[in-house]
Parts: sequence; structure tokens; C-alpha cells
Amino acid sequence: MIRDTARAFLADASDSAAVRAAMAGQGDAWARVTGEMGWQALTIPESCEGLGLGWVELAIVHEAAGETLLVSPLFATLGTGVSLLRACAGEQQQADWLPGIAAGEATLGVGMQGPGKDWGLRGCGVRYRPGDAGYELRGELASVVDGAIADTLLVVALDETESPESARVFRVAADAQGVTRRQTPGLDQTRDLAHLQLSEVQVAEDDLLDGSRAGWPAIQAGLDLGVIALAAELLGTAQRSLDLAVTYTLEREQFGRPVAGFQALKHKAADMMLRCECARSAVYYAACTADAFLEGQASAAQLAEAASIAKASAGDAAFENAGEALQMHGGVGFTWEYDIHLYFKRARAGRAQWGSSDWHRERIAEFILDGDEAMS
Amino acid sequence: MKLSFSPENEAFRAEIRQWLDENLCGEFEPLRYRGGPGDEHVFIDERKAWEQRMAAGGWVGIGWPSQHGGRACSIAEQVIFHEEYARAGGPGRMGHIGEGLAAPTLIAYGSAQQQQRYLPAILEGREFWCQGYSEPGAGSDLANVRSKAVCDNGVWKITGQKVWTSLAHEADWCFVIARTDPGSVGNKGLGFFLVAMDQPGVDVRPIVQITGTAEFNEVFFENAVAADIVGEPGEGWKIAMALLGFERGVSTLGQQMLFQNELDAIVTIARKNGAAKNPLLRQRLAQAHLGLRTMRYNAMRMLSGGEDGSLQREALVYKLHWATWHRDLGELAMDVLGPDAELLGENGDYDLSRLQSLFLFSRSDTIYGGTNQIQRNIIAERGLGMPRELRPR
Repeated sequence: MIRDTARAFLADASDSAAVRAAMAGQGDAWARVTGEMGWQALTIPESCEGLGLGWVELAIVHEAAGETLLVSPLFATLGTGVSLLRACAGEQQQADWLPGIAAGEATLGVGMQGPGKDWGLRGCGVRYRPGDAGYELRGELASVVDGAIADTLLVVALDETESPESARVFRVAADAQGVTRRQTPGLDQTRDLAHLQLSEVQVAEDDLLDGSRAGWPAIQAGLDLGVIALAAELLGTAQRSLDLAVTYTLEREQFGRPVAGFQALKHKAADMMLRCECARSAVYYAACTADAFLEGQASAAQLAEAASIAKASAGDAAFENAGEALQMHGGVGFTWEYDIHLYFKRARAGRAQWGSSDWHRERIAEFILDGDEAMS
Repeated sequence: MKLSFSPENEAFRAEIRQWLDENLCGEFEPLRYRGGPGDEHVFIDERKAWEQRMAAGGWVGIGWPSQHGGRACSIAEQVIFHEEYARAGGPGRMGHIGEGLAAPTLIAYGSAQQQQRYLPAILEGREFWCQGYSEPGAGSDLANVRSKAVCDNGVWKITGQKVWTSLAHEADWCFVIARTDPGSVGNKGLGFFLVAMDQPGVDVRPIVQITGTAEFNEVFFENAVAADIVGEPGEGWKIAMALLGFERGVSTLGQQMLFQNELDAIVTIARKNGAAKNPLLRQRLAQAHLGLRTMRYNAMRMLSGGEDGSLQREALVYKLHWATWHRDLGELAMDVLGPDAELLGENGDYDLSRLQSLFLFSRSDTIYGGTNQIQRNIIAERGLGMPRELRPR
């Protein structure tokens, strides 16, 4: 039901024309999302004015968004920001901050990686030390999704020891003194990325997320909730790529018949469907695990494994499917006018963001190969 | 999507575990983990005896309706059974063709007389079956069957050749697709026959595989007497296809348990010999783990019965997925073993290690039960609505 509603809404609010208008800076999707659907409140608890839904619903909404390349701060705000707050903000902090987000009054951005750095704590680009109001942050963040337009930033930072125990998450107002940000255009014009410079940014004690005082493990869990949201989007992108390819090849005739009847294309499409179904299983299993984690029924390690399986599967599925779909479109697949290149570019970027498929496979490898009690 | 089984299911699981603990021991201890795909030539008599022990315990025909002696277990319960059986290292089932394929077909299409004659013997582990479908000229194109069935004074006699018949040497009965209408082509004019293997007109010859072992056979029929025809002449294709549908994915989790055992063995070697530090092998091992987890999630979705409305799709891709995964696992196993992968024991026999056997035998996974290429055709046609292959007839 939620899937049908989401698709019907996005078929209108995020059709090809809407996406291209948004690429040119004329998008209004977020106003419609917050006004008509209230998705910004999806996983915010009812006690904080939210809809109180879980990660399966979050995955459904993100999947639908990925199918239509929705250009909006949905992923950054709901997928990554609310996720990190739910996992790492204290009870009072959630009560103070989440209602405003639920009301659509503030968008979020999550930053961790420094310029040129890989995902994970080793790539962290910001350092903190004691400051007048509590803490002082300095450093650089790159490729922050919607970082240039977010009202509030959640920044992962390390102290001078750079140890995992020292990792913390800070809530920083985008217009705070010392924050300089600029949008950094990319190949994928359906997703805004930003570079941020933090110069002696003063942060109050209350703006340190309480749950992040435990260090990296708790923070990684919060980020993994966001990884799952991105995986869900990429699943949608993978599926829509397949749908576009099948639709096109059923219409396109050469040699007296639809090219969809040629076995080489049938077999490509079959492999694309296999990738989608595997990604679908992985994403929804991860979503169920996320719900279990938030209820204390699954460990952070189980969440991490599920998130990595989902992200690697869906990232590869999206990129390979979009690439094959472009091929199956023949010459027109290579035109700006047809939409398939938009899926191809979104898939390419998404596969690399929040941990590439290789990065996530290496994390899986650590689980099964390293340490005394390797997971099986 | 269901993540776990119900308390009743879990109680059933405990019951199976206990029975296996108490019975898969003593004389049956050597059978653990033996007799599966690639290993079906071993412990024949012992596995027939095991089938009878299973029968005595009420574990044969658990999915059959109770009026035919079964336990009427749900799909979920059958899946649990297969998973626990594999977890305990239960040997490859000599009776699986009879129990899982012949019996459901007789229950659905057989006469009361046929059911009375054949079902109890399967249920009691007394009679064993093999499948007479493929022929040298009828593999992917099974409808191109040429074996003939001639009705001679009310007795049907079968003449022709079947191939890839596993367990033919050990079976009492064979179900055979043969052409009843001499002028017919394709899937019209076929009959579904039950033929006793122990008669002069039946000749079984083993086919040696690339593993050096012979799981499969050729079976030559020369006016062999068919004891029964199931359904009418002309209905053979319908019944043959229905039989193929009866497998219904119940052995999925059991199969995955075997796969997990194999992957665990490879991981153990990798940790020991340093392969686990090789970045490329780490990626491939992680991908193998990811693929197996996904296989389980796909199976759980199938069991959830279409909560997300896509029951068809994950079922359509299931064989393509596991066969390709398993073939890749075989290659990975050899690469993890490194230089030792190539070497056999030095006693002069073509004696394969478990992983060498996995490597070679998995090359058949993408061929039997519908080749990867046929699977892709089916997925594209039935799953995506793409046009069917052009056929001359």
C-alpha cells in the first residue's frame, strides 16, 4: 500500500520533466514531499511528532525515490540524518530536535569524509578539541550529500588521537560561524554534493550527540542505517533501468521484429532481473535487521553485515543494470535526451558513495576471515 | 518478509534434530555428509537401509497428504526438515526421486490402483525410482523425445534410449516419457509410463563423468514392458511437466546448508594458508558469503508467500542464481587452495578431494535441470514478457 502510494505520487512529482527541471535548479519536489506525503517524518517516533514507521517503510520509500531519481533532500534528511539521530542522539536531544524535522522545518546533511578520502573512520576529515562553548571543530568535508542546502549538519569528528574511541557526532548549524560551504557539481546532476570547510567552529556541549560518546561502534551503526537507505534507492534505480530496457526493446523493431526477441538481449534482461531480485532480498533483509537493531533484537555487527550485503548488492545491481540498459537502448541510449544516462550516472555515483561495493565487501571479509571468532 | 519461523515450527525442528541425533549414528555414522551430488555412487546399500530407517521413523513422505500415509507437512515444515537434515549431515537420499517426484505425480494423476501399488513401497523405503526423461536428441528440447510406446494386446512396450538417468542401476522403477502417437511431433502424442527396471528389455550403462565417477547412466529400452501408463496416451507432456513442478523449492534451505559447509571449509583453508590475506581472494570470499546469504533471503521471501507480491520473480531466478554461485564457488575453492589445487593423491587413482570434486561437479550445475541459457530464456519470457524464441515448428 505504501509502495503504491509512493509510486503514484512520484510518477507525478518526479517524472522525467520534473527531474530535468530540478537538475536545472527549478525543482519543487521537496515542498511536495513534505506537504503532501510527510516522508521527512517517516521514521521519527510518534513521541517526536513523527509517523513512527520503521526501516521496511523507509526502504520502500527510498526504493520508489530511486526508481524516479527523485531530486530532493529526502535521502540526506530522512535516510542519513534522521537515522544518525535515532541511533546516536540522546533522548532529550531527540525530543528537542526531531519535531522540527518532522514538521519539515529543517533539512539535514551528514558529513564524515575528507576530500579524496574513502568511506569509514580512517577517511574522517574533521577534528575536535575543547572549545569555549564546549568543542571546537576544524577540517574539511567532501561529497556531503545536500551539504550546501542543509539547515543542520551532523558531523563525525575525531580528536587528536584519531582513535575509534574518540569518534563523536556533532550537530552544527549550517550558518554557524566558521562554516564555509559550496556545492560541488558532479556527473550525476540528480544529487547535490558539497564541500565544507570548518574553521574553528564553536559547538555547544548540548550539540554533541549523547549516544556518540561511546565512540565509533555506535556511530557506525547510525551510519549503517543510512547505508541501507541508499541501498534501497539503488535497488529502485536497478529495477527502473531494467523496466526501461524491456519497454524500449519491446517497441524498437529491427529486422522485422522487436529487438526484445533477440536472445542476447533476453539474456541480458534475465541477468538484470536476477540482480534486482538478489538486491531486493538483501535490502529488505537489511531493513528488517535495522528494525530489529533499533528494538535491541539484533547487534550492531549483524546490522553492519546486513548493510554491507545490501549496499554491495544494490550498488552493483544498479550500475550493471543501468549500463546494460544503456547498451540495450542502442544509439539513443547515448543521447542526453533519453533518460537512461541519468540512471547510469546516479548508479555510478551511488555505488561509490557511503562505501563502494569493494569497501563493503572488504568489511564482510573482515567478518568472515579475520579475528578469532570469524562470523559464518 | 518473514525473518524467522513460528514456535510450532521451531518445535518441529527440535523433534527432527532429536530423531537424527538418535538415529544417524552407529552403522549409519559413516554416511554423514556422503552420497550427495557428485558423490552419489557411494554407500548404495547402506543408504537404502537408511531410507528404511527414515521410513520407520515416519520421515519419508512428510509432505504427502495423510490419506496416502504422509504427515501433510506445510512447505515451511518441509523446508525446516531439509535444513536440519543437511545440518546433521544426513546422507544423500536414495529415495528422493520416488518420494519427491514420482509420488506427488501419482497422488495427483495416478489411479487409485496405481497409488495403492506404488506409494506404500516408496513410503516404506522398499522401492526406488529413477527418471527417464532426457534422450540424446532431447535435452533442452525435451519435447523432441523419440522413445516409442507401442500398445501390443493391451500391454504397452517401450523402445528407445534415455540418458542422464541417475540411480538407474539402483532403481526398481523408472518413469518414462515416450511417444504413443507415431505421427506426432513435439509435446503432443506422448505418454507417461512406469517401467520396471529389472526385466530383459532394460539395459543400463553407466556414463563416466569428468570426475571419473559414474552418477549418470544411459538406459536402453528394447520392447520393455511398462507396468502402467499414468493418465491417457497424449497426456504425457502435461504429467511430465507437472512432475517437474512438484519440487517446489522445499530443498532450498537444505541445499544452502550444504553450500555453507563448503564455504566454511574454503574459509578455513584460506585462513590457514594465507589466502585470506590476498585482497582479491578476500573480495571473492566476501562475494561468496554475500551470494549465499542472499540465496537464503530469496528462499525466505519465497516462503513468505508473496507478501511483497513478487513470489514469482525470486522463484524464477532461483536456479540460475544458485547454479552460477556454486560454479563460482568451485573456481574460488581452487584459487584459494593455490598450487595444491591441482594435485591428487599419489596412489594411482583419480581420487578427488572434496573441493576438487566440488570444482568439477559444479560445472554440471549450470547444465542439468535447465541450463543457464534456458533459464535465462524462461526468465525473459515469463518474468519480463519478452518474445519467445522463434521455432521452426
